[in-house]
Amino acid sequence: MTIPLPPSRGPMTGADLEGPESGAFEESERGLSLWRGAWHRLRRNPTAIIGALIVLAFVIIALAAPLLTQYEPGSAQWSGQVTPTSVPGPSAEHLLGLDRFGSDLYTQLIFGARQSLIYGVVSTAIGLTVGSLLGILAGGLGGWVDTAIMRVVDIMLSIPSLLLAVSIAAVLGQNAYSVMIAIGAAQVPIFARLLRGSMLSQNKSDYVLAANSLGIRRSRIITGHVVPNSIGPTIVQATLNLATAIIEVAALSFLGLGESDPAVAEWGRMLVAAQDRFDAAPQLAILPGAAIAITALGFTLFGEALREALDPRTRR
Amino acid sequence: MLRFVLRRLALMVPVLVGLSILLFAWVRALPGDPARALLGQRATPEGIARVNEVYGFNEPVLQQYLIYVKALLTGDFGRSIKTGQPVLESFVEKFPATLELGLTALILAVIFGVPMGYYAARHQGRFLDTAIVSGSLLGVVTPVFFLAILLKLVFANWLGWLPTSLRQDPRIDATHVTNFYVLDGILTQEWDAAWDAMVHLVLPAVALATIPLAIIVRITRASVADVINEDYVRTAESKGLSSRVVSRRHVLRNALLPVVTTIGLQAGLLFSGAVLTETVFSFNGIGQFLFAAIGGRDYPVLQGFILFIALIYALINLLVDVLYGVIDPRVRVS
Repeated sequence: MTIPLPPSRGPMTGADLEGPESGAFEESERGLSLWRGAWHRLRRNPTAIIGALIVLAFVIIALAAPLLTQYEPGSAQWSGQVTPTSVPGPSAEHLLGLDRFGSDLYTQLIFGARQSLIYGVVSTAIGLTVGSLLGILAGGLGGWVDTAIMRVVDIMLSIPSLLLAVSIAAVLGQNAYSVMIAIGAAQVPIFARLLRGSMLSQNKSDYVLAANSLGIRRSRIITGHVVPNSIGPTIVQATLNLATAIIEVAALSFLGLGESDPAVAEWGRMLVAAQDRFDAAPQLAILPGAAIAITALGFTLFGEALREALDPRTRR
Repeated sequence: MLRFVLRRLALMVPVLVGLSILLFAWVRALPGDPARALLGQRATPEGIARVNEVYGFNEPVLQQYLIYVKALLTGDFGRSIKTGQPVLESFVEKFPATLELGLTALILAVIFGVPMGYYAARHQGRFLDTAIVSGSLLGVVTPVFFLAILLKLVFANWLGWLPTSLRQDPRIDATHVTNFYVLDGILTQEWDAAWDAMVHLVLPAVALATIPLAIIVRITRASVADVINEDYVRTAESKGLSSRVVSRRHVLRNALLPVVTTIGLQAGLLFSGAVLTETVFSFNGIGQFLFAAIGGRDYPVLQGFILFIALIYALINLLVDVLYGVIDPRVRVS
């Protein structure tokens, strides 16, 4: 199925300059939904493709981790080979050598992807769900509900997000769930603001006015018109937040909150453990750090390309 | 202008009150009873009884909150579990180090970020633009602590150009007046001490500056790219103004509005980043202190420091709003 589209950045015509009202522009875009149009723009955007490939590779590695290695993560079964001054490098049995505790570094890295994916997705899902609900309530109900919710959001935003996550993790105790909840909670204000802002701006739009004057119930306008029109920016934000969440999970591990077992395959924790073997084995720090950066890069590239593709104003 | 500042100050009050309620509730939500959380592992029955007495943990909740707020207003932010030192005192002692580091990082980010973003916007699609844009993207996605570790590995451990840790070589007998080590060295004219403190600042400041730098580059580029397409810029150009005047008076002044806001928003990132960077470089500021407090579950320190940081953060944002009002007169009215 192909739909003729104007080239993403073709020569400017008079019609383009006159905006979407002009006939020529509308004809080629007619019947093309926002999402289908975005999909077409994404496919032509090399940034989006690179981002998507990184994300895809990350997800596949995370899901298929046990199939990609013959070893168990965190086994530390070769700890006898690790001395304070040397950590065995790459060999036939160990693609990337061993880690500081005597586990296979390659195995630790790919299981780290699994850990990051779970942490990132769960925490972003928490932030997305709670934040969006609060935002919809605030924007939809207005009045004192709006004031109360937005004050709470302001207070949450008055603490730098990493410190917010740290304080929440401190309350919940040291375990995997507390990290996910802490990072998710730190994202709540972002989504709450986004949804509320989006709803307020749409309240002034013509289609909401039209629906109102037809006597459609407020709740139906919100679920039927306002929320669907806010989904685009929310998905973009969620994609970008996945990158931040993965970095923050590592940061919390780095600060000693999160998984308490030092041998567990988690990129941030691997970085901490690598610090006292710096001179002997810099790869122990460089590889997990690079893994975090590349994964975050993938989500960021894809998120930004998605934002561009969904924004009707960007002509690129 | 004064009314604008006062109104913004008044808006801070509910946020700070809310925050104090939140932090009050936070200590009570900690695992174990609050007196035990505040005393740590060395809690003795007498100690717990004394804390319960002082903080009124046996009183009704509202009364407890009032006791807490009263303590805050009289400057009592509790004492560290580990050292017994008042939290306010250690904050005042450590804050100059973090401010020195944070300001250096911010200055680096602004003096490199704004020109780079401007250049990139003016030469869109060229090689250097692509390099700047990709570089800034890498800057955004690289975790601060990873970058700090890398810099330390390369420039301190391998090349040996810069020191690996601390704020100053302990062998230097420096006089400290303000606890801003570089400033102290200049004030006391101990030039070697000032130079040594500066050398120690380089790596942590560069690590801390990357993310703000990358963000400033991106915002500046986007903002300048928007402004150079505006009609008033075309008008200014077509009426024959020199390109210098157009850049300065028409493009930069308008394009810098979003940049100023962004710089203010970096304050939060800088605090978060400082915790991580100071930890890597054993840089003795509030970040490293917070790290130790997290590790030792030193809740009074965490509670107090979070409140201070939020207060400073709020003041910085107020400053940004005021600055914004100076640059853009329209803001003052609305």
